[in-house]
Amino acid sequence: MRVNPNKITVKGLTMAYGDYTVMNALDFTVKRGEIKVLMGGSGCGKSTLLKHLIGLEQARRGQIFYDDALFDPTAETMERVRRRFGILFQSGALWSSMSVEENIALPLEEYTDLGAKEIREIVDFKLSLVGLSGFGHRYPSELSGGMRKRAGLARAIALDPEVLFFDEPSAGLDPLSSLRLDELILQLRDALGATVVVVTHELASIFAIADSALFLDAETKTALCDGNPRQLVDDPAVDPKVRHFLNRGAEPGMDVNG
Amino acid sequence: MMANGEDKRAGMDILREAAELTLVLCGDWLLRNDRPEFQQLEAALIAEPGVAVIAFDVSNLGEWDTALLIFVRRCRDLAQAHGVPCVLDGLPEGVRNMMRLSLAVPRQEPVADAAAPDVFTQVGDQVLRTYRGLDNYCIFLGQLLLALRALLTGRAQLRMKDFLFLLQSTGARAVPIVCLLSFLTGLIIAFIGVIQLQKFGADIYVADLVGVAMTRELGAVMAGVIMAGRTGAAFAAQIGSMQVNEEVDALSCFGISPMQFLVLPRVVALVLMMPLLCVCADLVSILGGMVVAVSISDVSVVQYFNQVENAVGLNDFFGGIFKSAVFGVIIALAGCYRGLNCGKDATAVGLAATSAVVTAITWMVVADAVFAVSFHILGI
Repeated sequence: MRVNPNKITVKGLTMAYGDYTVMNALDFTVKRGEIKVLMGGSGCGKSTLLKHLIGLEQARRGQIFYDDALFDPTAETMERVRRRFGILFQSGALWSSMSVEENIALPLEEYTDLGAKEIREIVDFKLSLVGLSGFGHRYPSELSGGMRKRAGLARAIALDPEVLFFDEPSAGLDPLSSLRLDELILQLRDALGATVVVVTHELASIFAIADSALFLDAETKTALCDGNPRQLVDDPAVDPKVRHFLNRGAEPGMDVNG
Repeated sequence: MMANGEDKRAGMDILREAAELTLVLCGDWLLRNDRPEFQQLEAALIAEPGVAVIAFDVSNLGEWDTALLIFVRRCRDLAQAHGVPCVLDGLPEGVRNMMRLSLAVPRQEPVADAAAPDVFTQVGDQVLRTYRGLDNYCIFLGQLLLALRALLTGRAQLRMKDFLFLLQSTGARAVPIVCLLSFLTGLIIAFIGVIQLQKFGADIYVADLVGVAMTRELGAVMAGVIMAGRTGAAFAAQIGSMQVNEEVDALSCFGISPMQFLVLPRVVALVLMMPLLCVCADLVSILGGMVVAVSISDVSVVQYFNQVENAVGLNDFFGGIFKSAVFGVIIALAGCYRGLNCGKDATAVGLAATSAVVTAITWMVVADAVFAVSFHILGI
C-alpha cells in the first residue's frame, strides 16, 4: 500500500466567523515528521487556523485530511483521531483545579488501562522530559508562566501523540526559556517521530525550528508562500511582504549581511 | 532657566505680516498651566482674510509638553480647514518630530454605521436571536441527557474526587448559611403571624402558619435562592474562567467531554444536596418559629410541636423536597450553561455569574408557580 507522505492535507479551507472571512481557500500540506510553522502578523488568523486543524472550529468550506482520512470534528469517531493529537495552548491551559501530576495523569487514566503505579511512573518521566521533576504536586497557580507551559507540554505528550500542535510557544517567555522550549520541540520531534505544527511570529523560533513555513496574509486573506524560511528570506521570487516579515521590517530584497 | 514650580505664564501673540500669520508663543506651555484660548486664533483667521500661510515663532517659548502638541495639531487642523498651509518649521525639533510621528499613519476613518435597521428588521433579528438561543439551550439539554446516559451505563468521564469535592462544597459547606437564613425566616413569619393571631386569641395557630408555609413553599425557595447566589454563581464563574483560560478547549481536545467532566457532576451533586438542604431549612425554620411562639405568646414548646405535627402532612413535606430537587436542576443548569457559553475575557465571567443567578431565580419562581397550580389540581 502506498503511504501518503503527507500527514495533514488541507484543501480549499475557508475560515469565517459569522460574516467575517478570516482566510480564503487555503491549500497546504504538512509532511510526516516535519515541523511546520504557521506565521504571519498579529490577527491574521494563525490561531484560528490551528483551531480548525484541531477541530475546535468548523470549517466554512473545504476539507482537512489526516493521513487519508477526512477530519470532521462533529463525527463521534473523530475522538479517536483527536486522541493522537498533543496540543500546547498559548497559556498552557492546565486544569487549574488539579495538580500538575493529575493534569498529566488524566488523559492516561481516560485512554489507557494502566495501573495507578504505572501512570505515576509515566507522569514522572514526562515531567522529567520537560525539566519539571519534583513539581508534580504543585497546582498550576503555583507555577511561573514558563513552567506552566512546560507542564502543558508534558501533558500534551502524555499519550505519545502523532501530531503536536503549539500555539505561540514562546509568547510571554524570556529569550532563554523560549530557546529551551524550541530545543525541546526539536528533540521531542526527533524522539517521538511526531509531526509538529507551530503557530508563532517569533523570528528566532521560526528560523531555529521550522522545516517549512506557511505565511498567512491578513490583507489578501490567503497564504502567500509555503517553504523553508531560510530559503524564503533570500528568494527574490517570494512575495516582498514575506521577506519584509522575515527580515524584521528591513527593506525587502536587501542583503541582510551586507 | 526657571526652577520648577515657577512656571512662566503661557502666552500667544498673533502677528500679521503681509499674507503670513505668525503665532508667537511664549512662556511655559504645560498641561498644568493656564494656556491661551484657542478661539483667539480662530477669530483672527476669520477677521483677517487673505492669510496665505501660518507659521510659528518660538524664540520665547519655555518648557513645553503635550499641551503644546495638542495646540499645534489644532492649529494645523484649523489651517487645513481654511485651506491655508501651516508651516511647522519654526517649532522646536522635538515638537516637529512628535508631530511627524503622529501624522505618520493616516487616521483610520471608522466605517460608517449602516443606517439603523427599521423596526421590522430589529424584531426579526431579535426573534432569530431568541430562536438561536433556544436552539443552543436545547442542544445543551440534549447533550446533558446523553451525558446522563453515559453516567448510568458507567461510561461517564468524571472523576470521583471532583464529585466528592462538589458534594462537599454544595452540601456541607452550605449548611450554616442555609440554617441561619431559614432560622431567621421562620422567626419573621412567626412574628408577623403571632401579632395578627393574638388579636383573635389564636396564638397557637402560629405553628400551623410556620410549619405549612416553610415545608410547602419557603424551605425549598429559601434554599434555592441561597444556592442560586452561592453555588449557581460559583458554577458559572468556575466554568467561565476555565473557558477564558482555554481549559475547556483543552478538555475537548483530549476527547474529554466538558459535558460529562464539568457539567454532569455539578448537576448531580446539586440535585442530591438540594433536598437535604431543604429538609435542613424546614426543620431550622420551625425552630425559629418556636422561639417566637414561646417567647412572645404563652404557647409551650410541647404544644407548638404537637400543633406542627398536626398541621404539616407528609404531602406538604415531600412536595417541598421534590420542588427543591427541581430547583437544584434549574440552578445547576443555569450556572453551567452560562459558564460554558461565557465569552473569552474577564468581564464575560462576571456577566456569566450574574446572568446565572438571575436566570436561576427567575426560572425557580416560574417553576414554583407551576407547582402551586399543579399541586392544587392534583389535590396535594
